[in-house]
Amino acid sequence: MKNEHLIACHDCDLLHRVSEIPDGMSAYCCRCGALLAQSKRNSVERTLALALAGLFLLILANSFPFLGFKIQGQSRHVLLLTGIRRFYISGMPWLALLVLFTTFIAPLLQILLLMYVLLPLYLGVKFPGMFVLFRWVQKLGSWSMMEVFMVGVLVSIVKLAKMAQIIPDVALFCFMALIFVLAACMASLDPHQIWKQWKTY
Amino acid sequence: METVEDVLIPETVATAKAAFLLSCPVCHLLVRRPPEASTGLFGRCPRCGETLHLRKPNSIARTWALIIAALIFYIPANLIPITTVTSLGSVQTDTIMSGVIYFIATGMWPIALIIFTASIFIPVLKLLILSFLVISVQRHSGWRPKDRTRLYRIVETIGRWSMVDVFVVTILVALVHLGALANVEPRSGVIYFAAVVLLTMFAAMGFDPRLIWDVKEPEDECEYFPGT
Repeated sequence: MKNEHLIACHDCDLLHRVSEIPDGMSAYCCRCGALLAQSKRNSVERTLALALAGLFLLILANSFPFLGFKIQGQSRHVLLLTGIRRFYISGMPWLALLVLFTTFIAPLLQILLLMYVLLPLYLGVKFPGMFVLFRWVQKLGSWSMMEVFMVGVLVSIVKLAKMAQIIPDVALFCFMALIFVLAACMASLDPHQIWKQWKTY
Repeated sequence: METVEDVLIPETVATAKAAFLLSCPVCHLLVRRPPEASTGLFGRCPRCGETLHLRKPNSIARTWALIIAALIFYIPANLIPITTVTSLGSVQTDTIMSGVIYFIATGMWPIALIIFTASIFIPVLKLLILSFLVISVQRHSGWRPKDRTRLYRIVETIGRWSMVDVFVVTILVALVHLGALANVEPRSGVIYFAAVVLLTMFAAMGFDPRLIWDVKEPEDECEYFPGT
């Protein structure tokens, strides 16, 4: 009885009495099949390590050109931010903001907030507002669109390949690595375990 | 506010609503609902600070409003060009559909398929499914709630992939900017298209799948017995 606790399903509101979930196992709603909770091994350490890697990759990916375009001896190397700036100059500030938010601000915030929450948990200390900020990590999830951006990069390369020579640049490899690191980071995160710590703080 | 780790629930009570509990939409914390307030404001989650609701507020009206807004924006998004391409003097404007046709014509049908799915098929599919879900809830339908919940989860996850075309335009206008030689300019169609993606994402977020299941429960008496 001590290890059991109640969870209401997010999708259908059914109450479940969930006991301690063994590592690597998941609990699903018996009525609608939604994921209730998942238990992951070394979640805090792994997520923290991957978040740190993600932070470096994100900075690198945005500091160097990611694609080059070469036509008749003229070439141009661009950063992700170049396109955003072009939207802004063309009189589309809201579009610029949307792209900036989904490809840079949201992933960056997600990583930083995640580190702010996980580091104290790892060290066993308390930082102010940890749990309130963790809520934002979860809410930012659907707005961080690095992997969608990567598909956009692939489509652009194919689209321009006939017109000119496309040169993949340093930051493109950072982007690719970043997608895997971010996906692994979110996959190793166990929100349930973090929320559970609330009582002890 | 009293939080609930474990309570004895009567066997006839199945849902958090019926047990007079509120479930935090972000962190899953269960909070005891003041019995006198059956609707309205319940304050914030003591753990994560999220606003607590029994069900998402005005879910039906909000989802309808966003669906209709997205439908309206869907028209200019497909009619107005998204880019103007200048290449060695020739000027060409592209809409979303003409981009798809270009890829089919040049034999790159996998790319055509990606663009068509992400930019045309998914937004329409989302709007159709969401409309169907809202109508089914409004008609108190009891038809296959599990499958309808699954449909909702699909809509929720695929929505972001529609952004592909916006990112393609971002990359094209950044790369192809070499004056008269080759130049791509963004056109306003891409704004409408981004608006459609945003509106459908908000519409999906505004819909509360628990409404699908509420039909199963009469106001005072619960017929559903939780699985054991």
